[in-house]
Amino acid sequence: MSTTLPLPVVNIANGGDPSGTPQRRGESQLPILPNHGSGGDHNAPPHREHPAMAKDFVANVQRTHWHDGALWFVRSKRDAQASAIPEWEYLRQCASQIKTEAIANMPELLVQFEANAKALGAQVHWAIDAEEHNRIVYEILQRRGVVRMIKSKSMLTEECHLNGYLEERGIEVIDTDLGERIVQLRRETPSHIVLPAIHIKKEEVGETFHEHLGTDAGASDPQYLTEAARGHLRGKFLHGEAGLTGINFAIAETGGIVVCTNEGNADLGAVLPPIHIASMGMEKIIPRLDDLSVFTRLLARSATGQPITTYTSHFHGPRDPGSEMHIIIVDNGRTELRQSETFRSALGCIRCGACMNTCPVFRRSGGHSYGATVPGPIGSVLNPATDDKKHKSLPYACSLCGSCTDVCPVKIPLHHQLLAWRKEFGKRGLLSIDKTLPMRAASMLFRSPRLYNLAGRIGRAAMRTLPRSVFVNRFNMWSRDRELPEPPTESFAQWYAKNRENKQ
Amino acid sequence: MSVALFVPCYIDQFYPDVAVATLELLERQGLDVVFPKGQTCCGQPMANTGCTADAAPVARRLVELFAEFDQVVCPSGSCTAMVRHHYEDYFPAGDPTYEKVRSSTFELCEFLADVVKVDSLGVRFPHRVSIHQSCHGLRELRLAASSETRFYGTRDKMRELLDKVEGITWAKPQRSDECCGFGGTFAVNEADVSVAMGRDRIADHLAADSEVIVAGDMSCLMHLDGLIRRSGTPLKVMHISQVLMGRPLLTHSGNLPQSTIPCN
Repeated sequence: MSTTLPLPVVNIANGGDPSGTPQRRGESQLPILPNHGSGGDHNAPPHREHPAMAKDFVANVQRTHWHDGALWFVRSKRDAQASAIPEWEYLRQCASQIKTEAIANMPELLVQFEANAKALGAQVHWAIDAEEHNRIVYEILQRRGVVRMIKSKSMLTEECHLNGYLEERGIEVIDTDLGERIVQLRRETPSHIVLPAIHIKKEEVGETFHEHLGTDAGASDPQYLTEAARGHLRGKFLHGEAGLTGINFAIAETGGIVVCTNEGNADLGAVLPPIHIASMGMEKIIPRLDDLSVFTRLLARSATGQPITTYTSHFHGPRDPGSEMHIIIVDNGRTELRQSETFRSALGCIRCGACMNTCPVFRRSGGHSYGATVPGPIGSVLNPATDDKKHKSLPYACSLCGSCTDVCPVKIPLHHQLLAWRKEFGKRGLLSIDKTLPMRAASMLFRSPRLYNLAGRIGRAAMRTLPRSVFVNRFNMWSRDRELPEPPTESFAQWYAKNRENKQ
Repeated sequence: MSVALFVPCYIDQFYPDVAVATLELLERQGLDVVFPKGQTCCGQPMANTGCTADAAPVARRLVELFAEFDQVVCPSGSCTAMVRHHYEDYFPAGDPTYEKVRSSTFELCEFLADVVKVDSLGVRFPHRVSIHQSCHGLRELRLAASSETRFYGTRDKMRELLDKVEGITWAKPQRSDECCGFGGTFAVNEADVSVAMGRDRIADHLAADSEVIVAGDMSCLMHLDGLIRRSGTPLKVMHISQVLMGRPLLTHSGNLPQSTIPCN
């Protein structure tokens, strides 16, 4: 949630192949992705589980490769940055320990932060859920008669569906992060927490800008499009009556907040209008100013493979006596997650998105296939905590390869938590019969060596003698695209009985 | 010193030669190896689906079966990781029998490289080989440094062993350790993504001009080989035990060398 690093979209969301190979032609059709609308759940299409959503994405092989390549490029940049720092693992360990401390002492630290932020002149609000967060924002705006708000990147406001809430009440909300603005103009949702428009090609951005900003038809030059967006946004900045930003780090010791961006849009949004609203999830708290450097060194390297974000901005209260600064601290399920011994370390997430870039499933199924604001491995851990039934396919959208765990800058054991969710679903009775029944049968089989050996013998004989169509058909999800193993006449146990036991 | 062979169910049923090669490899090192009767599965499919109650009895009987042995060796990183890292749910904390089995269970490569400290193998394999690092061997057992971390040392136990085989020339895929997409039940639950992942790995190995993909986990290779054979791609797969035992390049990885069964 909160502001994460908006990548300079010209690098990534431009639809050019970042690996430097020539742009593929004739691929400018709109992506096969759902249009969630930005207005919240009431616009959303019926929820579909991950395998079905992923199937649609993967069906376009070229586009899947392009998406995979774009994210792998970011992962490779991250690798280069990480291996350039000898103390990388030490930093991860430090970050993990600081977050463990922050999660353990979260209530006290938040209260300390509130007191210090107030002393700096900020007004601090507490929101138990998304609804209360949105209401607080609306009330602040209403009190000052604001009808135009500019917003920099904040995944928390995506989580709360703030845009739709305010638009319904007559307030214009402009996303000023380039990737977010592209997504907003297209009435989509971000597909990635750091690279919100990573799923959109530059030709498609050109079409969108032609329609909304009046750029030349067919234009797809990233420089041209970015300049057009810049000009368009500059006007919005100047007319914005309030600015909302996310928060990357809230420092308990000082009451200051830190916002990390690449485009400087958060800074303009926070300092041009007289009202600055900063929204944070409770987990953004860190104890001390000294802790910050550990995270600023890890964040951009993990996220985009940059040594540091272009802007790391510190805010300490309102900019002058005539201005207001509001900080909204949002729970929205975090306290509950904190109660869980198994999952609480997921609150340490600094929203770098590295787990998404490295995830072989995410790269090939796209962020929208997760049907949630935060997709990818961390999303698959967090989302079931808020709605287990809706999101129960997510912990299975994972081959348990563990790359996310190794790449995570705060060492969240992501793949172990995904496995833990599966077990939790089992306990809660949420597993469908197509999962439980085969496993019950397998368990019976594996409890009896005699039954297991017999089943193996019969199964292998059947595979050798029955017509191929019995095993290779569209209902067999293994053999639809893969040959089955070629069944030997003897199992190893049979071979062993003949060749070793008999000879002893 | 008693060494027990722990044979994963799919190897027992579909790839017996992998178990035979493992057995012969250990015997060649002068070890007295037994294959305890009554083995089935480590319980991983049930556990990874979330069916803890179904996995528990399977896990318990495995531990019981191997409790009496000094060392247990398994030609699979995934099944070894299951026993070493994922059995806590099925035993009381500190259960002495489980702790004994946990600490004495080894994946084949780590056993050969770290425990036996194999010197020479005396075999040849004159082929262009690429390694597939299976994820659980890599990131749960740390058989090599993963590309994400590179800080667990620079050893690569599979490579160390294969370097003792004469005649190998190396083919290096661009992505050194990306998941093949097998993932157990993931292969069927998320078949579309799984297949896409597998095809990408194969393309990468092929682009590196590999002749044969060698891995420590036959399950990854079963998935890759299934895709390779379906598409008629000119690539072979072999388990590392087969290469270390000096088996010739196999036309397929399933059957025992002496077996004469026609397959489809």
